[in-house]
Amino acid sequence: MDILDQLISGFSVALQPINLFWALIGCALGTAVGVLPGIGPALTIALLLPVTAQIAPESAFIMFAGILYGALYGGSTTSILLNTPGESGSVMTAIEGNLMARKGRGAAALATAAIGSFVAGTIGTAALTFLAPAIAELAFIFGPEDYFALMILSFTSVAVVMGRSRVRGFTSLFFGLALGTIGIDTQTGQARMVFGSLELLDGIQFTVVLVSLFAIGETLYVASRQAAVPKVINPLSGGTWMTRDDWKRSWKPWLRGSLIGFPIGSLPAGGTEVPTFLSYTLERRLTKHPEEFGKGAIEGVAGPEAANNAAAAGILVPLLTLGLPSTATAAVLLAAFQNYGLQPGPMLFTTNPTLLWGMIASLYVGNVILLILNLPLVGLWVRLLMIPRPYIYGGIVMFAMVGVWGISTSWIDLLLVAGLGLIGYLARVYSFPVAPALIGLILGPQAEIQLRRALAVSQGDWSVLVGTPIAITLLVLAAATFLLPMLIRRLSRI
Amino acid sequence: MRRFLIAGGLVATLAMMSSAALADPAKVMIPANPGGGWDGAGRQTMAALEQAGIFTEGVSFTNKGGAAGTIGLAEFVRTAKGDDNALLVTGVIMVGGIISNNTPVSLKDTTPLARLTNEYNAIAVPADSPIKTPQDFLAALKADPGALSVGGGSAGGADHVMLAQLAKAAGAPVDKINFVSFSGGEILAALGGGKIKAAISGASEFRPFAETGRIRIIAVSGPNRLEGLDAPTLTESGIPIEMGNWRGFVGGPDMTDAGRTAWLERFEKLHTADAWKETLKAQGWEDAYLAGDDFVKFIDAENEKWSASLKEVGILN
Repeated sequence: MDILDQLISGFSVALQPINLFWALIGCALGTAVGVLPGIGPALTIALLLPVTAQIAPESAFIMFAGILYGALYGGSTTSILLNTPGESGSVMTAIEGNLMARKGRGAAALATAAIGSFVAGTIGTAALTFLAPAIAELAFIFGPEDYFALMILSFTSVAVVMGRSRVRGFTSLFFGLALGTIGIDTQTGQARMVFGSLELLDGIQFTVVLVSLFAIGETLYVASRQAAVPKVINPLSGGTWMTRDDWKRSWKPWLRGSLIGFPIGSLPAGGTEVPTFLSYTLERRLTKHPEEFGKGAIEGVAGPEAANNAAAAGILVPLLTLGLPSTATAAVLLAAFQNYGLQPGPMLFTTNPTLLWGMIASLYVGNVILLILNLPLVGLWVRLLMIPRPYIYGGIVMFAMVGVWGISTSWIDLLLVAGLGLIGYLARVYSFPVAPALIGLILGPQAEIQLRRALAVSQGDWSVLVGTPIAITLLVLAAATFLLPMLIRRLSRI
Repeated sequence: MRRFLIAGGLVATLAMMSSAALADPAKVMIPANPGGGWDGAGRQTMAALEQAGIFTEGVSFTNKGGAAGTIGLAEFVRTAKGDDNALLVTGVIMVGGIISNNTPVSLKDTTPLARLTNEYNAIAVPADSPIKTPQDFLAALKADPGALSVGGGSAGGADHVMLAQLAKAAGAPVDKINFVSFSGGEILAALGGGKIKAAISGASEFRPFAETGRIRIIAVSGPNRLEGLDAPTLTESGIPIEMGNWRGFVGGPDMTDAGRTAWLERFEKLHTADAWKETLKAQGWEDAYLAGDDFVKFIDAENEKWSASLKEVGILN
């Protein structure tokens, strides 16, 4: 086994004490930036690049790998405890995770997120080790029509399963899609829906909507219901650890999440968000406890958390095998490679095996470190909930505003935070789910680009949208998500 | 009280971390998705500045792709006010895009600093394409311009204009050409997978992929062939078309004189640094250094040139 030999030599690099030290630093930093909205792994790695010029490339990439994975571990913490996702990949975790935290099951939610991330990260890394060249071929198989079908599947599945009714789900989705059309059109350069405002030309920033709908909406809601909620939740009333039942309900979602996350993450236009949406939908369909969804079901945390970590491993596939960066984080890593005079791509496996296998081995090591780092912290994190609410929510609002201001120093963004925060509040009061709005905003523009590309290539022939087996399969799945529940309800009535 | 201290400490730590991230480093706006020409130009140049020890405060990049970089330009004009360390990567594609899209913001809203590189375009096809020569390409374009889907950067940019010029050379109607716009590295996957029939983009973007045998470069658009690349120029193939693609940096709308001078000095130092020469060589870029007021005049000239050529090829009425 050639690959195994090389992996073992990789471990001999990654396990050197100095590299373990860098891995530890990377994991800790990554966890910290994952917690903060607006500061992601891409920015962190970019800022660290100059610092790392002094250390060996192996050590630098080992640290970067820790940041990449650590950000996803950290993102789940604020999602679960404060209903404020730090990264777009953690949006779905907030839904069931925060409900669990409110029931005093925060520790179990954090634990299943951490262990799920570990399991998926390890599976993803193993897939990267052994299957990368084969998976990389997916990039060439997926055409615009296939991407479009994948987006449609994400839209319908999320809008159907989220919230109390489909009308609410779709309302939220279309709100997000509408927000996504604001700004200069990417294909023709025409300004749309900006009403003459220069401030809106570049569209509505994702971070603005994320913090408004979640953090501000949540804060307003808590403030308005101050009298009705208990002063302090005992964060440990549900125990400090996962029960036997929790384990039983978590392991399958971990595996399914990994299976969804890795291949989609490795597509050039895949990303870490789509797999979390699909995983949540799938878990909600397959669960034996449908009554708990919407009240804090552990499957809804375990699946998406696994999916986003597996997707993070997937992102490395096109980068390392083709030299094709698919996300901002991957682009920074590409620049880091080039900084050291290395060109990622098929040649890297032969020209610089020490570095490459050292980095792959460090992904395994980083996962273990993150698990060791995060599990004991669970008990500490949940105590956040013991801080009296006025302080904690005051802090959240301050961070949300500082974060938004720091990104653009634009007063219109602060107005948007206020306006969208109010919408987020109303959505909470009237039980509209906010996640579909975010999905519409993230994926809407991409779906439009892919649709228009597909139609351009086919010269306006709409049948191209069902022209490949992948597109047909995905669209049939989308239709099934939409129609099956209705059919089943009707049949069961007869 | 203890709880209050914990909360306060937490808030203070987080605040320190976020302000540390917003400290001195340069903030570079890349008006394209990761993996394309502007992405490389921005990241490689900043890396060379760092390696040569000219600017070592660190850099954070923002990728904002689409519409010939005008979306990134709009965000830059909006957010870079009063920040002497904010830079925008720009180039000929943005000049063409602003004109053909009639974008409400323009390079006049920025502080031009320096043009650094020039690169020539190339035409590439999937490895198994029947199109082998520039003449094959013209023949396919003439036979059915709509059926030949050609990927490139944004509409109205250099790639689009080059396709229009090729169509004219082939005697095909310009309004029938099928130009599919991409931003960033996705074009390589689409071309390698045969989703589009051909693509026009910077030669340096295609080369690593051509070397792996996934795509084939059939022509370059410079005056000379590229070293180590077996592809003819369009001119030597009897098609008198040259299409260059310059790239450079501009600063924020109201950059102070001190800030402008500092960056001009940095780029001047970079121009003679060894690290930069290596970067140019590795990327296959031509040195096209032009700074300060000369660069401002150059942009004005480019504006006129592109208005004329966009009208001439029929993209702009």
